[in-house]
Amino acid sequence: MVRAIPLRRPWLWLGSAVVVALAVVLAVAIYRGHDIHGAATAQLQFGPAMLRGLQITIVLAVLSEIIGIALGILLAVMRLSPGTVLRLGSGFYVWLFRGTPLLVQILIWGNLALLFEYIGPFKTTTLMTPFVASVVALGLNEGAYMAEIMRAGIVAVDRGQLDASLALGMSSALALRRIVLPQALRAIVSPAGNQFISLLKATSLVSVIAGGDLLTVAENISPANLRSIELTLVAALWYLVLTTVTSVGQYFMERRLGRGGMGIHAGP
Amino acid sequence: MAAAAWGFMPVRNVARLFVPAMPMVRAEDVHKRYGRLEVLKGLHLEVAAGEVLCIIGTCGSGKSTLLRCINHLERIDGGRLYVDGELMGYREGGDCIYEIRQRDLCRQRAGVGMVFERSNLFPHLTVLENVIEAPVHVKHEPKAAAIEHARALLKRVGLLDRLDAYPGRLSGGQQQRVAIARALAMRPKLMLFDEPTSALDPEVAGEVLSVMRGLAHEGMTMIVATHEMAFVRDVGDEVVFMDGGVIVESGNPRDVLLHPQHERTKAFLQVGASLADGSRSGPC
Repeated sequence: MVRAIPLRRPWLWLGSAVVVALAVVLAVAIYRGHDIHGAATAQLQFGPAMLRGLQITIVLAVLSEIIGIALGILLAVMRLSPGTVLRLGSGFYVWLFRGTPLLVQILIWGNLALLFEYIGPFKTTTLMTPFVASVVALGLNEGAYMAEIMRAGIVAVDRGQLDASLALGMSSALALRRIVLPQALRAIVSPAGNQFISLLKATSLVSVIAGGDLLTVAENISPANLRSIELTLVAALWYLVLTTVTSVGQYFMERRLGRGGMGIHAGP
Repeated sequence: MAAAAWGFMPVRNVARLFVPAMPMVRAEDVHKRYGRLEVLKGLHLEVAAGEVLCIIGTCGSGKSTLLRCINHLERIDGGRLYVDGELMGYREGGDCIYEIRQRDLCRQRAGVGMVFERSNLFPHLTVLENVIEAPVHVKHEPKAAAIEHARALLKRVGLLDRLDAYPGRLSGGQQQRVAIARALAMRPKLMLFDEPTSALDPEVAGEVLSVMRGLAHEGMTMIVATHEMAFVRDVGDEVVFMDGGVIVESGNPRDVLLHPQHERTKAFLQVGASLADGSRSGPC
C-alpha cells in the first residue's frame, strides 16, 4: 500500500507554540502577583453585599430587556408603517439613542432633577431614584437597538405570508402576532441574544449614578477594606458567569428554533 | 286558475322569477394603477354564483392584480367591485366610495378564499395548524370543531396522513393542496386562484388541478387565473382573455380557445400552442 502523507503545515505548529507560550507567561504573572489575596477574594465573591449587587444587576438587565423588547417591537412596526410621521419618529428615536453614548444617557437620567425639578406633580428626586433612572436609561437605549433587530427580522419574513394571512380574514395585528413575529423570531433570536449580553455588561455603567449593581457594590466596599482590585475581579467573574449562562441559553434557543425547517410550536 | 298555479309553485322558484340573480362578483369600470403604470383600465366583469371563470393572458396583463383587487389585497383607484352584492372594501358614498374599517374588511375577506402561485403556507405551523389557524383565531370556532373540519378537508385533498408535517417537508403539489384546504376551512362563498400551478412541475400540477376540478363540480364559485388551457377548456364555464389591463375577449371556453375572434387572443393562443403541446405555457 502506498502511504498518503498530508501536507506539512509548519506555520500551524509555530502559531500554536506562540499561543501556549503566551498562556504560560500569563499564568505565571498572575501567580506571582502578590497583591491579590486569594482567600479574601473567595470570601468577597459570595459575600452578602456582592450577592445583593448581583441580584440588582440581574433585575436591572431583565427589566431593561423587557422595556427594550416592547419598545423595539413598537418602533419597528412604526418604522414599517405607511405613515411618514411614524416612520420619521421611529427613525429619529433610533438616531438619537444609538447616536449618543450610553454613559452620557445614564448621567442625564441620573441627574434629571437638575433639568426638571418636578415630573408632573412629583418631585423628580423622589421619582427618579438611581435604580429607576438606571432602568429607564438602559431600557430606552436597549429599545433603539432592539428596534433595528426587530425590523430586520420582520423584513426577513416573506411578503406572501402577510398576503396569505390577510386573505384568510386576519387583521394586520393578528397576522403580526400569530404569523409574522413567530417567523421573524428566527432571525431575531441570535442578534437579540448578543444584544442582551451587551446589556448585561452595560449595566455596570450605572455605577456612575450609584445604581446599586455589582460594580456599585464593589466600588462602595473598596474604601472600607482597600481591596479594590480584588473587588473588581470579583465583579468581573460574576459578569462572566452571567454572560456564559446567557450564551448557553441563546445556543439552545437557536437550536430549538432551527429544528426541522421551523420547529417552533406557536400553539393557540 | 292562475291563483291556483301560484299556490303550488315552490317559494324558491317565485323568488327566482322576480329577483334577478345576483352575481357573485361584479366589477364595474375598475381602475388600478401602480404609480404611473395603469394596470387595470376600466374593467367590467360578472361572475354568477356557482360559475367557474378562467382568466388567461400574458404576464403583466393584470390577471393577478384583478384577483388581488377582488379581495381587496390591493386598493382600487376607481370603479366599483361587488362580491355577493356587497361593495368590497368600500362603502357607497354617491359620487365616491369610501374605504371601510379594517374590522369590516376582515369580515368580507373571510368569505373569499385565495390560493396563490406559491402556497404561502405558514412554515412555523404544521399542516393541521395551518388549516385551523384562521377558523380558530378569526372566526373563533371551537378548536375541536375546527380540527374535525380540517381533517375532512385534508382527507378530501388526499393529505390526511401528513397532518403533523411541517410545510417544508411537503412537495410543491402537496403544499398547494394544503393551501386549498386552508382556504376552504373558512367556508368561503368564492375562491380565487392566482396561477396555482405555475410554479409546479407538470406531473405535480395534475394533482392540484384535480382537486380544483372536484371543487368546481361541487358548485363552488371560482375565478382562476391560469395558463393550463386543458383546465380552462374542461372546467371553465367562461373564459376571459386579458391584455393590457382590459378584457379583450370573453365567452365559452371552447369557442374562445378554438375560434378566437380578436387578433391579440389569436396571437396569445398561438404562442401558447407552440409551447408544450398547446395545453400549458410557462409560468410568468
